[in-house]
Amino acid sequence: MIKKSLHWIFHLYYDGFTQMRTGKKLWAIMIIKVFILFVIVKWLFFPDILQEKFHTDTARSNYVLDHLTGENNATH
Amino acid sequence: MQHIDPSLIDWSRAQFALTALYHWIFVPLTLGLTFIVAIMETIYIKTGNEWWKKTTKFWMGLLAINFAIGLATGIIMEFEFGTNWSNYSWIVGDIFGAPLAIEGLMAFFMESTFFAVMFFGWNKVSKRTHLLSTWLVAIGSNLSALWILIANGWMQHPVGMHFNPDTARNEMTDFWAVVFNPNAYSKFLHTISSGYVLASLFVIAISSWYLLKKRDIQFAKRSIMVAASFGLMVSLFNLTTGDESARQVALNQPMKLAAMEGLYKGQKEAEIVAFGILDPSKTLKDDKEPFLIKFAIPGGLSLLSYHSFDAYVPGIEDIVYGNKAHHIMGAAEKMQQGKKAVTALKAYKEAKKSGNAKEAEKQRAIFEANSKYMGYGYLTSPKQTVPNVPLTFYAFHTMVGFGTWFILLFIIILYLTMTNELHAHRWVLWAGVWSLPMGYIAQEAGWITAEVGRQPWAIQDMLPVGMATSNIASGSVMLTFWMFAILFTALLIAEVKIMATQINIGPKEADHV
Repeated sequence: MIKKSLHWIFHLYYDGFTQMRTGKKLWAIMIIKVFILFVIVKWLFFPDILQEKFHTDTARSNYVLDHLTGENNATH
Repeated sequence: MQHIDPSLIDWSRAQFALTALYHWIFVPLTLGLTFIVAIMETIYIKTGNEWWKKTTKFWMGLLAINFAIGLATGIIMEFEFGTNWSNYSWIVGDIFGAPLAIEGLMAFFMESTFFAVMFFGWNKVSKRTHLLSTWLVAIGSNLSALWILIANGWMQHPVGMHFNPDTARNEMTDFWAVVFNPNAYSKFLHTISSGYVLASLFVIAISSWYLLKKRDIQFAKRSIMVAASFGLMVSLFNLTTGDESARQVALNQPMKLAAMEGLYKGQKEAEIVAFGILDPSKTLKDDKEPFLIKFAIPGGLSLLSYHSFDAYVPGIEDIVYGNKAHHIMGAAEKMQQGKKAVTALKAYKEAKKSGNAKEAEKQRAIFEANSKYMGYGYLTSPKQTVPNVPLTFYAFHTMVGFGTWFILLFIIILYLTMTNELHAHRWVLWAGVWSLPMGYIAQEAGWITAEVGRQPWAIQDMLPVGMATSNIASGSVMLTFWMFAILFTALLIAEVKIMATQINIGPKEADHV
């Protein structure tokens, strides 16, 4: 039963992909786009600042509290 | 705002605006076209007519193109939250976590299962299972939008939370208050119904083009009939949700409403401006008329905002300077309260650090008593509470004006289609074609109204955008702004090109998308 279901799901995708025309172009665009976004853009330009700068939630809280109370605004 | 580099704030805002506006080119069409496709497939199942299957498959192909190109454009906003808006992300993390996690899971499961059955399963599942998948894609994609708009609605009207001065986070105290935030659901219904209107315009525009070219005539007429019927129904619904949305703005964001209407001085029986040109030299309290020309409906704004002709609608000056006669607190007074909250927060933090529990308790009580207007504590002038009035006013009136035209267009097209005279009225067909770009402009204008009108707030009354930004170099934000501008423009060109090719091929080859 499980084997039959897996076989059906495989063929749903396999046949679908092989019979596509414009769809192939769309998949190429999607893959390139996801690569640019997640590998280049995210990795090089968009670090999660608080995650990278601090190792604990307490440190992150303190940093944001300092920001809210004006103690680390002068560096802007 | 204190010690904040204005160019960093501006570039961070500009980048977020660019990302959101480009993302919103793709999303509304997906939201609406899924329903139109589901309706067409339902007709196919009901009638058994293979023509309807072909019609469904053609529009499904265009839906696939739009979906594929638009996919993941929204994820960039999440990147920006972590980098450009890290303080804001931390402060709202607890509130946004639940809705965005539900959205992510829902989108993933829907897209990987039902989308695949919808596109690949025509000859692999029963007709009814296929139809169910198509409807589930339509419902799922719209529910996905619900969670995003709940998050957005919370920023405009924060409810069901409490700011914890120990963690600097807004913690959710009532999940259902967040979910049933009146601002969120009115925004959700108005936003998705605007997507349905756009999708109807999309189908009408392409079908009108076929009729103008005298090709695929039966296909075009059949598509127009569905789109115009659906479009008329949803645009009337859109009108009522827009009314409710504006009412929520009146109740929770009176400054935004005043900017939307260019209302500087509050009035009883306030008029609603149907058309107007603002005087660009107008400033606060200068006694000049705000409009060079206007056509207004007396009492309209009072009636629509508060459901009473006599209701007093506060103007920009009332909200900035206060109006004791109408119990409106001015921004200066709120700034005083906000500064008390910020000072108490600082004192609370220091008392806790030094182990002075009694002082910490005292300062916390002062903070709690004044925290409602905490965000005002970061402003340096009451005038900073005023958004860009001309941009908000013109964006709002463009949206409303175009929306009214769409209702009229749907009525005309539906009538001419039912009387079988549509092909003889070429001006109507051209109007159908040109209304599509107007639909996109109306979509973007709606978001400009919602987001520009709520400035300077990232979270209404609690956090101005200047305090929400990260301490990073404005040059890096500028660089990524242009990077996204290029990337999104390339995607848009790809979308238009691939779609134009597919439209040119027409419904005869719809089996091979």
